[in-house]
Amino acid sequence: MFDFLEGYDLLGAFWVTVQLTVYSALGSLIWGTLLAGMKVSPVPLMRGFATAYVNVIRNIPLTVIIVFSSLGLNQTLTISLGADVIEDINFRLAVLALVAYTAAFVCEALRSGINTVPIGQAEAARALGLSFTQVLRLIILPQAFRAVVNPLSNVLIALTKNTTVASAIGVIEASYLMKDMIEAEAQLILIALVFAFGFVVLTLPTGLILGWVSKKVAVKR
Amino acid sequence: MSSVLYDAQGPRAKQRNILYTVLFVLGAAAVVWWVYDGLAEKHQLDWIKWEPFFTSSQPWETYIWPGFQNMIKAAFFALIIALPLGALFGIGRLSDHRWVRMPAGFVVELFRAVPVLILMITANAVYAEYTTIDTDMRPLYAVVTGLVLYNFSVLAEIVRAGIETLPKGQAEAAKALGMRKSQIMLSVLLPQAVTAMLPAIVSQLVVIVKDTALGGAMMTFPELLASVRPMSANYGANTIACFTIVALIYIVVNFALTTFASRLERWLRRNKKSKGTAAGGAPETIGTPSLVVDDGRAV
Repeated sequence: MFDFLEGYDLLGAFWVTVQLTVYSALGSLIWGTLLAGMKVSPVPLMRGFATAYVNVIRNIPLTVIIVFSSLGLNQTLTISLGADVIEDINFRLAVLALVAYTAAFVCEALRSGINTVPIGQAEAARALGLSFTQVLRLIILPQAFRAVVNPLSNVLIALTKNTTVASAIGVIEASYLMKDMIEAEAQLILIALVFAFGFVVLTLPTGLILGWVSKKVAVKR
Repeated sequence: MSSVLYDAQGPRAKQRNILYTVLFVLGAAAVVWWVYDGLAEKHQLDWIKWEPFFTSSQPWETYIWPGFQNMIKAAFFALIIALPLGALFGIGRLSDHRWVRMPAGFVVELFRAVPVLILMITANAVYAEYTTIDTDMRPLYAVVTGLVLYNFSVLAEIVRAGIETLPKGQAEAAKALGMRKSQIMLSVLLPQAVTAMLPAIVSQLVVIVKDTALGGAMMTFPELLASVRPMSANYGANTIACFTIVALIYIVVNFALTTFASRLERWLRRNKKSKGTAAGGAPETIGTPSLVVDDGRAV
């Protein structure tokens, strides 16, 4: 029944999807936290930059950003991010685009987490004489992160699904292979189900595990 | 300017902030210069590459306007079809009958877990294989089908959340009046839930508009993003100029929608307060919590 899978590197394609997800998740967590920090910082220019960045990026389709990273950055500006082979270049460009895009959502999630921290926490910290970076790093962000595990897990799930867009610039991940297979093989519903199942396998545990974690670490108020 | 996170600034803090601002400006200027230099070197900033957009209406009429129309068309159809489907499945998940609740939940969870692109590719292949829709129209059908299948499941969750957050008294009062279950749902719960969730629905429209671009990149659907390639080929490889214009259009459309959604939300909250139904008593936090919970779904 599943002999149509022969000759295709199904696991390899999903492995690329996983790699895209992991690298982009780490990158966007770092960049998104920095953006959130800027967004609440006392320096007006940084606040303005973070707000503008989030507003612009959130309103552009990810597809545009990814296609631009290939057509604009690579082919027009000849940026190759230190890779020589076209496959590597496209992979790195896709990660870069996914990080740039997802960070805006991480920033927003974190900011809504900062909003859940009671005012008294920040006031007490300031009364102890902590500086802004200390208040943010020691008091606010740890509580904010514990409050946003669930939203962040939703961002991660969305990111996993968004990696399929990388096929637009020729990264051979799951949806790229699926398009190939569907053109060559006859059992298209079965192929679709296999790939749908693959994504359920990737996203379901993420949601369940992080849902459990979020209950575990949530600040009881 | 002060906030709860930092004190009103004294002279030293002000000086430090100026230092940070200067450093930030220098960093930003370096990046801008690097980009400018790169673009200028590749002649992407030459006036001749940008001129077609400002001096003639041709690129707008031949490439951008048709692409824009297709984008709106796909988003409109997707929303119109997905909304009632979403309401149906949202209600289905709240049904008293297990045999309705379970399959509805399964379908919603399945389509939420699958990427839109996978759905679009499948829809396209199915239409090509089993129907006689002609090849010109097939991308539109495939894009709309993919968008509907994904977004109805998200809208179902939005509707369900809307119904679940309504005060219990609403259903109980309706029951006391002797209404049937379908009456309670259709004339009491659903209208209130949809009104309360309108901002979330508008935000979902932003996601739909953004996802139409997938059709342009992957399904040969002639929408806005797909107009970049022929356009830049026609006006002398002005890739950067074309991308800038197209991205600006997306930003304007989606920014208008997001602004509308947040206005709507504020308006709804204010209306609710003036009627005195808001319970109050929630602990004071650093910012005002939002009704449209930013739970990261709208990525």
